Amino acid sequence: MIRAEWFFWLAGGLFLVMAGQMLMDRSNPRRLGSAAFWSLLGLGFCYSTWVVQKRAPAEPLGLAVLVMICLGGFGRTGRGAVRTTTPAQRADYARRFGTRLFLPALAIPAVALVCAVGLKRVRLDGRPLLEKGSETILGLGLGAMVALALGMLLLRERRPAVPLHAGRSILESAGWALLLPQLLATLGAIFAKAGVGEQVRRITTAVLPSGSVFAAVVVYCVGMFLFTVVMGNGFAAFPVMTAAVGWPVLVRQAHGDAPAVLAVGMLAGFCGTLVTPMAANYNLVPAALLELEDRYGPIKAQLPTAFILLGANIGIMYLFAV
Amino acid sequence: MLVLLGVLVVVAGFATRRHPLLVVGTAGIATGLLGGLSPGQVLAAFGNGFADSRAVTVFSVTLPVIGLLERYGLQEQARRVITRFAGLTTGRFLALYLLLRQLTAALGLAGVLGHAQTVRPLAAPMAEGAAERVHGPLPDRVRERIRSFAASADNVGYFFGEDIFLAVGSILLITGFANATYHTHLEPLRLALWAIPTAVCALLVHGWRLLRLDGHLNLDMNGHPGGSL
Repeated sequence: MIRAEWFFWLAGGLFLVMAGQMLMDRSNPRRLGSAAFWSLLGLGFCYSTWVVQKRAPAEPLGLAVLVMICLGGFGRTGRGAVRTTTPAQRADYARRFGTRLFLPALAIPAVALVCAVGLKRVRLDGRPLLEKGSETILGLGLGAMVALALGMLLLRERRPAVPLHAGRSILESAGWALLLPQLLATLGAIFAKAGVGEQVRRITTAVLPSGSVFAAVVVYCVGMFLFTVVMGNGFAAFPVMTAAVGWPVLVRQAHGDAPAVLAVGMLAGFCGTLVTPMAANYNLVPAALLELEDRYGPIKAQLPTAFILLGANIGIMYLFAV
Repeated sequence: MLVLLGVLVVVAGFATRRHPLLVVGTAGIATGLLGGLSPGQVLAAFGNGFADSRAVTVFSVTLPVIGLLERYGLQEQARRVITRFAGLTTGRFLALYLLLRQLTAALGLAGVLGHAQTVRPLAAPMAEGAAERVHGPLPDRVRERIRSFAASADNVGYFFGEDIFLAVGSILLITGFANATYHTHLEPLRLALWAIPTAVCALLVHGWRLLRLDGHLNLDMNGHPGGSL
């Protein structure tokens, strides 16, 4: 069986190799900090395997995460000189290889597609070939490997150092932002453990006016939106807001259609995901990957859409669900 | 109520543009301690959170091949190809990408497109190429805007497409939570159907905004919103 853990190790190994290169890279003014940051990330990826199996304590990993926060947060990471082709060379290559350049790039989505549709059902010796529920990770990992092999072959590039260095350049330019999504997921878990949800539920119940169905719809949708903005995803907000307003008021009292109320409520939360830096993997990491000056660029592009859709969700719920 | 201080730290930190890592780290430690966790438990929470969420960082394994292809002119080729389709403006191209992202996500193929594997190497340079064909070299400000909208097309398409698919996490969360808490029986299919009206709104609203991007680009580059096409 192909397991998600293999690809976590692949990613971890990749971070470690790149950290080794960073250590040697004298063009990086902060090479020690960078190397420390990425090697801790790589080691953390591998060590986590035992943490999720509860066979190793999580505290050392937590400490490593705090060290990474300090390295990134106090500006101890940096990037080396980019050794790449010139724009003229790239234009030249583009003319020479032409459309063939798309083949490896499209191999990633193609393999992901095959994993999601075909390989998902394949069984070997009575066990599924792909670990259940991990098709996305496996698709991405297998896709990256197939694409790399295809790309090396097609470009007649024999030096493995070339893709490693090119990938490291993107990694260095994205920098500490890459750690943020995992950190925010952690914060969500800590919020949940410390009882933030219960407090939000009490506040929501307190501001809820009794009697008006429309007001309850607004409180439920806006509450999902705001709580999602704070937590970074709708998953943490959903049980809290549904227990406070969605179920007792909209479904029970107002006899709303439960699937419609809950589905649209969740989507109101998704509008919040569009505008929050807490959803770093959707909003901040892309800004880093696209090398934007303004790390809030994607959020600004999404802001009007998010508010219009929040209004649309309130309208849909009020008109059709309750 | 004290635990809400952590939320306040996050909001204030992001609002005043403090370093996100420090904001989140501080908020996590503060909330944990105020919520009654011991320092050791806070450390463990950070460790477990990291271990459980590795999937969001795993896209990094695609970076070497993306970097390799970019070194050999993938972005340039993406820009060149788009210029062959004269009718495909930046806005129209991104609206098509939005539709494609939404359809694939609705079919349960959420991992097929994404920021690392398709937006950076393909969609963003194509959107820029379409603008360059009309306006020539773009100033950085305009380039940033196009890239931001490319990222937004991916996000909006994904968020408001995936809920139409039955087996997606959010649908399973809704049915799991409601069925366990309220002893009811919600059909995933009914939930997925109710995701369609919002999905249509998302396509119309964001698609319209993407199409309007062409007018904004004209305004930015020529000083008037009329198209040069």
